[in-house]
Amino acid sequence: MSTESPPTSTAPESAAAEDRAAARPADDLTQQVYDSPKELAIKYALGACALVSVFTTLGIAAVLVIESIPFFQEVALTEFFGSAEWTPQFSEKHFGIWALLSGTILVTVISAVVALPIGLASAIYISEYAADWVRRVLKPGLELLAGVPTVVYGYFALTFVTPLLQTFVPGLGVYNALSAGIVVGIMIVPMVASLSEDALQAVPDSLSGAAYALGATKFETVLRVNVPAAFSGIMASFILAVSRAIGETMIVTLAAGASPKMTLDPTQSIQTMTAFIVQVSKGDTPQGTIVYQSIFAVGLVLFLITLAMNIFATRITQRYQEKY
Amino acid sequence: MPTDMPNDNPRPDSSPDMDETVSDSAPEPVSANGQADPDDAAAAPPKADPSVRPKIEIQDLNFWYTDTHALKGITMNVKPHQVTALIGPSGCGKSTLLRCLNRMNELIDGTTLEGDIHVDGQDIYAPDTDPVMVRRRIGMVFQKPNPFPKTIYKNVAWGAQINGYTGDMDDLVERSLRQAALWDEVKDQLHSSALNLSGGQQQRLCIARTLAVQPDVVLMDEPASALDPIATSKIEETITELKSDYTIVIVTHNMQQASRISDETAFLYMGRLVEMNPTEKLFTRPEKDRTEAYVTGRFG
Repeated sequence: MSTESPPTSTAPESAAAEDRAAARPADDLTQQVYDSPKELAIKYALGACALVSVFTTLGIAAVLVIESIPFFQEVALTEFFGSAEWTPQFSEKHFGIWALLSGTILVTVISAVVALPIGLASAIYISEYAADWVRRVLKPGLELLAGVPTVVYGYFALTFVTPLLQTFVPGLGVYNALSAGIVVGIMIVPMVASLSEDALQAVPDSLSGAAYALGATKFETVLRVNVPAAFSGIMASFILAVSRAIGETMIVTLAAGASPKMTLDPTQSIQTMTAFIVQVSKGDTPQGTIVYQSIFAVGLVLFLITLAMNIFATRITQRYQEKY
Repeated sequence: MPTDMPNDNPRPDSSPDMDETVSDSAPEPVSANGQADPDDAAAAPPKADPSVRPKIEIQDLNFWYTDTHALKGITMNVKPHQVTALIGPSGCGKSTLLRCLNRMNELIDGTTLEGDIHVDGQDIYAPDTDPVMVRRRIGMVFQKPNPFPKTIYKNVAWGAQINGYTGDMDDLVERSLRQAALWDEVKDQLHSSALNLSGGQQQRLCIARTLAVQPDVVLMDEPASALDPIATSKIEETITELKSDYTIVIVTHNMQQASRISDETAFLYMGRLVEMNPTEKLFTRPEKDRTEAYVTGRFG
């Protein structure tokens, strides 16, 4: 084609065609622009950015596994998963992960009980019920709550929520799982609310219109059309929020105590896995000791739990998702 | 968009010229009588039996979207067991009018309605009338098929369930799907997702879903506009068959469709009712010049 004369010379009657030809560089169809060095450079640069997070995750996993190996050479897996005591600082050391794991589970369950219903209810209110101006105030307000540093939540739990709880929970200690769990829950409410609200907003209006036209009330429409249709997004918000709760460190360090014990009694002082890692990291534990190595084992368990939750969430989402 | 410009049409209001025998003589509360159907007389008698009470009576209806005056003094009656078509150019208010009939418009913020709409003599906009109850009596099929992202069965059963239907659900689902002429195509896949159906099947599913609530009136908002010709003809057949059991009001931009399936046609223009007459008359001997211009394709 490039050998032929430009088409404009054969059709001179159209001024527009001439303009077009002038605006266009040579009709060289073999010029390599699609795969030009610039295009390729951009493609690889973007790819490299995307890979950073993948490699970081792999790196963290690798470090955790490698650093845990010395620990598991000293402590048998039967001890780790079989014992109910976690006493690394004592002369008679026990490394039973359940003592820390139960603390984490306790706080996480309490926070989920607080955050999931309140978060979802807020999302439904903002998305389906609130007047425009209420929505415009509420949503940024919620997101502001998400921006509060967790250390602030921590002393909020210690100096406000715990004394408040003590007025009607007799025998509640200064450090307890209940107060920490509630405040972790408050911390993750905005995450649940904001992400669930996005998911509800994304449900096409035609679906709720159909429900109304069938004589559904507002609540029937929301509960039986919008929420199921937004299920995968709502589930994702739950899992993200619960993962945050599992990994939350500052609040539980400040308010839940530092006494690892296997209990499901929320009024007790407990220690979570994250709080233990803080305790060891900030203390004067010498590197290379068994106590120091134990934080990698705890970290590895934490990592596996969140990984398992993510896989579980993906499964659930795929299974129950309503595609629209 | 048709703004509220001075109309070259001298009439201040449309009501005087669309005088139907029915609209003038009906209001006395004749008990809702079942033997109303002019039935298969496709070219319905030009003037209906005055003793037949209209199913829907619309009296001086005005409607605003915030500042836009979308419907201006609409007065018309819809006869029972007939297909009534609403036609007119885009933005003339035909869909708005349709959505006023089951109070769907009030789900939109900032709308105002004035005037009366009676269905079987009951004021559906009375203060003590519940919009949810109105919509159970007056079903609606939308322009774009909008099945729920659930199974075919659940789509049909959904409305009946929330309305407290206590009969045999399987039976109701089958009956509704048969009425919508979809049963034979889907009877072996009732529990697979409705979204696997073709567009035309989805639309007939939406019709079945509407019928399962057992309404008296079915409103259809350009139900075939998103469908291919074969699916359209199936929908049209379905509509014709439904006439004996339901009163149907259909909005269409397709004049051939209106002339094929409707008994009466109302022509709207810029928020006003220009003419309402038996379909055959409106298309062949329209009373108004503007109607003639529209139905012959000179504008719109």
